[in-house]
Amino acid sequence: MTILRTNNLTMKFGGLTAVSDLTLEVPEQGIIGLIGPNGAGKTTVFNMITGVYKPTSGNILFNNTDITRMEPHVITKNGIARTFQNIRLFKDLSVLDNVMIANHLRLDSNFFSAVARTPGYREKEEGIRKKSLELLDQVGLLEFKDTKSTALPYGKQRKLEIARALATEPKLLLLDEPAAGMNPQESIELMAFIKEIRNRFDLSILMIEHHMQVIMGVCEHIYVLDYGIKIAEGNPGVIQNDPKVIEAYLGVEE
Amino acid sequence: MIDKKNIIRLGLILLVLAVLTILNNTMGKYEIRILNLAGIYIILGLSLNVINGFTGLFSLGHAGFMAIGAYTSSLLTMSVIQKESNFFVEPIVPWLANVQIGFLPALLFGGILAAVLGAMIAAPILKLTDDYLAIATLGFSEIIRVIFTNTQSLTNGALGIKGLTRYTTVHYTWGIAILTILFMFSLRKSSYGKALMAIREDQTAAEAMGINLFKHKLLAFTIGSFFAGIGGGLLAHLMGTIDPLMFRFLLTFNVLLIVVLGGIGSISGTVISAIVVTIMLEWLRFLDGVIDLGFMTIQGIPGLRMVLFSLLLMVVIIFKQNGLMGRDEITIDSLGGFFARFRKKEA
Amino acid sequence: MSINTFFQHLSNGLALGSLYALIAIGYTMVYGILRLINFAHGEIFMISTYVVFYGVSIFYLPWWVSIIVAIVITGLLGIIVERAAYRPLRNSPRISVMISAIGASFLIQNLAIVIFGGRPKSFPIPDYFNTVIQVQGVSVPIVNFFIPVITLVALVILIYIIEKTKTGMAMRAVSRDYETARLMGISVDNIVSITFGLGSLMAAIGGVMWGLKYPNLIPLIGLMPGLKAFIAAVIGGIGNIKGAVLGGFLLGMTEIMIIASLPNVTGYRDAFAFILLIGILIYKPSGLLGQDIGEKV
Repeated sequence: MTILRTNNLTMKFGGLTAVSDLTLEVPEQGIIGLIGPNGAGKTTVFNMITGVYKPTSGNILFNNTDITRMEPHVITKNGIARTFQNIRLFKDLSVLDNVMIANHLRLDSNFFSAVARTPGYREKEEGIRKKSLELLDQVGLLEFKDTKSTALPYGKQRKLEIARALATEPKLLLLDEPAAGMNPQESIELMAFIKEIRNRFDLSILMIEHHMQVIMGVCEHIYVLDYGIKIAEGNPGVIQNDPKVIEAYLGVEE
Repeated sequence: MIDKKNIIRLGLILLVLAVLTILNNTMGKYEIRILNLAGIYIILGLSLNVINGFTGLFSLGHAGFMAIGAYTSSLLTMSVIQKESNFFVEPIVPWLANVQIGFLPALLFGGILAAVLGAMIAAPILKLTDDYLAIATLGFSEIIRVIFTNTQSLTNGALGIKGLTRYTTVHYTWGIAILTILFMFSLRKSSYGKALMAIREDQTAAEAMGINLFKHKLLAFTIGSFFAGIGGGLLAHLMGTIDPLMFRFLLTFNVLLIVVLGGIGSISGTVISAIVVTIMLEWLRFLDGVIDLGFMTIQGIPGLRMVLFSLLLMVVIIFKQNGLMGRDEITIDSLGGFFARFRKKEA
Repeated sequence: MSINTFFQHLSNGLALGSLYALIAIGYTMVYGILRLINFAHGEIFMISTYVVFYGVSIFYLPWWVSIIVAIVITGLLGIIVERAAYRPLRNSPRISVMISAIGASFLIQNLAIVIFGGRPKSFPIPDYFNTVIQVQGVSVPIVNFFIPVITLVALVILIYIIEKTKTGMAMRAVSRDYETARLMGISVDNIVSITFGLGSLMAAIGGVMWGLKYPNLIPLIGLMPGLKAFIAAVIGGIGNIKGAVLGGFLLGMTEIMIIASLPNVTGYRDAFAFILLIGILIYKPSGLLGQDIGEKV
């Protein structure tokens, strides 16, 4: 079963074509990689899937629903969550608050009962708190729950971003360079972590990454973009030996 | 649920009420007026703080929302005779001529109308960012003022409304101020309050976490305008006179000053600042008037007071960008911690 | 409306539009470089009219000396405002800078009340400017010719400075990319100062001519023309000098023409500009000649 499918997705900014005619698929429970040199249009693909950009043409199907022109928050509600390349946490708020905010969209209490703190609302809030603490425990951040999010070390901030995304209860998780800035040891841990959340939360993952070790280690299928065009796809073995990929990407970097 | 904190909270409120009652019975007319103004400025400061402090939207339209509340409540509390004596240039519109309701419902009505209009005004401009939103809200506030100056049969135009019954008492101002404070703390603690703060921290991330930006920004504006309208109504019935000139940008400036000095985003900071700024604004009035030192008199210089306050605003924003208290709150826990440390030092 | 009065209104609209354009340039130049609304710009404009008043009426300086003094003082004031109120906050959130700008605006306005007094003063107008001339049977005050002509000259000089001189090139470089300009050895601080200076100078030229056309001076005169000129800059596309000029003329003309053709809405005069502003912000926030800039995610 396919959970996400983009059909001939194209994004133009003025005269510049950032992504051209991209068709890709993410199967249920899959871990899919999206790689390519800097400026290849990878983040633009994420921005289209999450509704930040409206594609110039083409469409995006998620769970067989067309989400192409939906607002970002509606798409999140439908079950797609993301992290950002340059970490975007709610800086001034605590680690726990960061995760609890991501539950706000599933809270079906209205404003008045929330401010009046009705028993019904309190019960729901308590439920969210419990769930959030549990989630923090699962990603190993429980001891930092009252820390200001920006006071966390870099690697843990990345983890918190993933935890926050998980709190929205996604079916598809988009990770934008989760290994950026991590040392080899942390990268190896991250690989295990990604596989673990896939299994535990029963979701699919589409990830952008420059770290070849991570990509080759966790992804079942990889798409390669160059100048916004898909130049190759396949399993890690195929990608590693594809001459076009080596020329465009692997030969230049790594 | 009765826990220790709630008992302390209740105790504190009772203490404040007791102090206010004593002050109300012992102070002179002028001092009571300042006390009332302080209560009103607490409401106004907190109302702007929801928009600017919690949500991080920069609104400069507060005077407009206050004007709506002030005019609405005034037109509703005035007796038929009061209306007839005010509207001598052009008679008041017939559907308002014979309406008279109580002070509290009139205030509430003013707040609700301000909230509705505030939401309607904000809706089309919410997608604007920072300074553009500021200028657009300032624009709307000026438009409201221009409209009120020209709708003779509704607002009595530039003449304003005089001889309003001075319903506003310390019980009303501080009673509503305390309710507003409680509301704000509750909002801050709630899921909705946190969603507003998430928008302040990072709008893009907030949206990616499923927060409907439009809905929540609109919520902030609606709450802010509601309390601004209530504050405007209280102000009208304290002064006894309103006219469109009262609701110039200067009024927004005063409220902004309170929020910036107190701490953009801090409830307790805004409350303290509202009291201090109100007292200073009144106390420093002598700068604009005649100073009598007993043996000599110095002619005060008009404008000097506002020179001081604008300097103060600039100095604070340059050296402490989130205001004097930042986003910190004085809570029962932090007070407890403070006293605990204090006791340790003594021992 | 007869042809005669139409041409009178046209000349009034042209004059008012020129004044808005001159003030709008300062907003747009500063915004182009710092992405900041210089809220105090209207007050800087106001100071220039008072300097001329004091020069001519109190110190009995010749006209041309007063004007030069006014232009120099106003230019310096612009530079001082930037140093004191904006430079310490250059890397701060835009809201903080804006609050500082509002503070600076109120500070100058109230200092003017303290120093010049709140009572209206009458701007000294040389007799020459009070003459009314007849053109094809239409009587038009001579200032209405004088203002657009001077505006045009000032504009040509400004555009020459920006497009042909080294300083102008540096200004354009800074407005495009701050960091790169710095790396290329441009002193960003100096360029920002020059920008504020030039913008204020334009406002001063506008201020002197404002006095000639509307001689009633109070310390609040900077407020409304300032806001409206800012609106003109937004209409034209903020950051774009030609846009500011276009916006200024459009706004001045619209105001005069609406009032002339619909006398019973005169009371709403100050609301037009704001309605126009909100309209443009909603439908074309980049203005008539501006470019869209999206946020990078």
